Amino acid sequence: MNILSLFPAIPLLMMLGLWISKNTKQIRTVMVAGSSVLLALAAWLVIAYLGMRADGQTAKMLFTDSFMWYKPLNIHYSVGVDGISVAMILLSAIIVFTGTFASWRMETGMKEFFLWFCFLSVGVFGFFISLDLFTMFMFYEVALIPMYLLIGVWGSGKKEYSAMKLTLMLMFGSALLLIGILGIYFGSGATTMNILEIADMHNIPLALQKVWFPIVFIGFGILGALFPFHTWSPDGHASAPTAVSMLHAGVLMKLGGYGCFRVAMYLLPEAAQELNWIFIILTAISVVYGAFSACVQTDLKYINAYSSVSHCGLVLFAILMMNTTAATGAVMQMLSHGLMTALFFALIGMIYGRTHTRDIRELSGLMKVMPFLSVGYVIAGLANLGLPGFSGFVAEMTIFNGAFMNNDTFHRVVTIIACTSIVITAVYILRVIGRILYGTCTNPEHLKLKDATWDERIAVTVLVIAIAGLGIFPLWMNDMISNSVTGVISHILN
Amino acid sequence: MNYSDIFTYMHTEIALIIAIVFGFLYDLIAGKRGRRHFHTVMCVLMVLFIAGTIYPYGEAGEIFGGMFVYNPVFNIVKSILAIGTLIVFLQSDNWLRREDTEFKRGEFYVLTLSTLLGMYFMISAGHFLMFFIGLELASVPMACLVAFDKYKNNSAEAGAKYILSALFSSGLMLFGISFFYGTAGTLYFDDMVARIDGSPLQIMAMVFFFAGLGFKLSLVPFHLWTADTYQGAPTAVTSYLSVISKGAAAFTLMAILIKVFAPMVRDWQLMLWIVIVLSITVANLFAIRQKNMKRFLAFSSISQAGYIMLAVISGTSFGMTSLIFYVLVYMVANLAAFGVIGVIEQNSGGKVGMDDYNGLYKTNPKLAVIMMLSLFSLAGIPPFAGFFSKFFIFASAFEEGFHILVFIALVNTVISLYYYLLVVKAMFITPNDSPIAAFKSDCSTRISLVLCLCGVLALGIVSSVFDCINMFSFGM
Repeated sequence: MNILSLFPAIPLLMMLGLWISKNTKQIRTVMVAGSSVLLALAAWLVIAYLGMRADGQTAKMLFTDSFMWYKPLNIHYSVGVDGISVAMILLSAIIVFTGTFASWRMETGMKEFFLWFCFLSVGVFGFFISLDLFTMFMFYEVALIPMYLLIGVWGSGKKEYSAMKLTLMLMFGSALLLIGILGIYFGSGATTMNILEIADMHNIPLALQKVWFPIVFIGFGILGALFPFHTWSPDGHASAPTAVSMLHAGVLMKLGGYGCFRVAMYLLPEAAQELNWIFIILTAISVVYGAFSACVQTDLKYINAYSSVSHCGLVLFAILMMNTTAATGAVMQMLSHGLMTALFFALIGMIYGRTHTRDIRELSGLMKVMPFLSVGYVIAGLANLGLPGFSGFVAEMTIFNGAFMNNDTFHRVVTIIACTSIVITAVYILRVIGRILYGTCTNPEHLKLKDATWDERIAVTVLVIAIAGLGIFPLWMNDMISNSVTGVISHILN
Repeated sequence: MNYSDIFTYMHTEIALIIAIVFGFLYDLIAGKRGRRHFHTVMCVLMVLFIAGTIYPYGEAGEIFGGMFVYNPVFNIVKSILAIGTLIVFLQSDNWLRREDTEFKRGEFYVLTLSTLLGMYFMISAGHFLMFFIGLELASVPMACLVAFDKYKNNSAEAGAKYILSALFSSGLMLFGISFFYGTAGTLYFDDMVARIDGSPLQIMAMVFFFAGLGFKLSLVPFHLWTADTYQGAPTAVTSYLSVISKGAAAFTLMAILIKVFAPMVRDWQLMLWIVIVLSITVANLFAIRQKNMKRFLAFSSISQAGYIMLAVISGTSFGMTSLIFYVLVYMVANLAAFGVIGVIEQNSGGKVGMDDYNGLYKTNPKLAVIMMLSLFSLAGIPPFAGFFSKFFIFASAFEEGFHILVFIALVNTVISLYYYLLVVKAMFITPNDSPIAAFKSDCSTRISLVLCLCGVLALGIVSSVFDCINMFSFGM
């Protein structure tokens, strides 16, 4: 069995284990064991991948494998990874691992919660390893549907409304995707569903490309919170339980960016070049609008959700710039945003679990009460606004650098506009940190609260290490990603 | 004609007739004690019947001068319908053991198998009259079944509505067929192809013919009887009606459109285009407002029929495969949903409202999960079978260039997901102080639900079923 198939298989085994487990202890054992194995496997994959590249293997995808599944439509189960997907798999494994610890003290329906959680991760891992359009799309949808119940049952606030809105909007996106996939498949002569083979044949007529490119891009873009289709994201994230927010903002939104890059732009390159200006404008709006919206929110989760809209907009913005630097920055931004937004949501969940409010007007002086969580929050905030030494800086620096390399007025103007988001991000991050962490704690109830428990400390520490590690030693990751990005970009440009 | 050919080509029908006669005699001869095992006997009989006829052996052929046609792919469809019937039998036991139906349970089995026989003849027909006789044999006993709970007003009303609309549609169809005879001079499918030229009279005849089958399939605008009949009929009959009879009609429609009306392909594709858009959209919009689970599934099944028509409109052999596969997948999912509704209705004193399902997961988690998975399959969510069958249907229509139609259908899947999720929401999310009390369902219902669940989970992921269907439908 191919090593990559283990990534979706382990969560399936975990589901089986959860199904037969009887009590909380067994559930936790299964989850910790499973997610640790996933994390170890992901780390091994990174090392093995780098080793194989160092040995001079130049194939586009490594660890490839393929089985015929449905012959009449040439559907294969085919897997393989390049630098981009390895990075994404590592990210997903970290988030699944920390998400387990962040929902350690779940009160109701722990078993069902983790069952759906594992189901979600099957979809996520499956998506990143797939090379076949159909299989990829299938895993994509597998990752979407558990959200409905995860938010609807375990969420907070107006959870039913948010869950329905999120599911329907994302499913609309996947309806667009499905027709786009059929368009690509039949447009390329209906001989293969394999992404690499379709790209190599490069035979979709331009007129068709112009039809399918916007459809596929919007289909994935909805999940990547592309303006004006981002409205599910704030509501969904605000209502979702902690671990689900983490996984959703941290990993699932990256499916959108990854798909736009890997499917929409890679397979429909001419149309991408011709039509990218529309989406550059939309993503620039996402970036700035998301940041401004975050400034006026009072709910911690809404602030972070709008911040995600802004940062994920930056991912799409960067890949549309169509040069290696910007696209490498985009993948770095996916990683970095995934990690720090997960940290944010984890911390917000932990604070909410103690104070039972997320309204920043009711919180103050938490630094004295819960120093560990507060320091974590400051770190997440600083990483978010792009302070050197954290991952956010590396990513955003690369993106804006790359975006400015396009030497026409249009690209430079939108880049400058998008750059302003850095300042706005600083405004809302520092405002929140100043308001809720510093000052004196006015609520006597809050003074009695305890700091992080051991399980919460594990989750926060792992994420902080990852963020700082990526910020301090970005080069190896950068090289791994840019190696693979170069191939894709040169295919798109030629 | 060689008389041994009858046994070669009609073996399925002959076996079914034997089963009907056996059921009839058993009802007559077995005393009160013997009848206690009626259910087991009939289920075993069905299993034997399926086991004996499932293998699609031999070459295609015809008997009675082309009145009756055999084709391996017909055999596959017939087996699918027989499996569905077995599942319906398994689910009906609980209801048939009730006091007011117990004495006439034999009638249920015999009538159901008669309709099945009618569908078999319909599928295998090589002549319009044969087809019409099969259709009538399928619909007249069906009316008795719909009105089976005759002391219930709803059931009697549903029976009346069904028989009236069935007769009306048969009349329409017969009218259309007579036009064909007038213009083509023959009713043999094989001979007609050469004489179909798309003259206005023939287009009109085709519309009448299609209207007749449209009633059976409950496509919009011929759907008005569906909701009332589905609601009033006993749940086991409703599930039979919504799956088996619809599947047979859909397959026959496609076979005839391809085989006989091939020269008029542009005409019927245009007609189907309109009907599909109407069926899917109207049914979805109505389904959103439903509060009764059976009415809700009635509208859902109307829109599913619209999706099935997507395979018909493609008119290719891949479309035929997708259609058979879709019918199979739709059958297991819909029977699971109706099975849950039926068993809840029997054990809770007739509760079928969507609000009654609030909080079902707390008390009956297994049933709630089965219901959820089957609804997900109906909505086309992976990795359940419905996703695959929907994908193939869309692919088959897309391949023939119906891009906008596929797009409309896809947008409609989002709407349908909304109302399927409403049920999921009721079962899992909405709190309820007095949910349906926990109960233990009977053994045979459980077997049927497990069968359906296996289908929902495995039919998509295991591709061999699809390959098998594809292999034989290529011969069409």
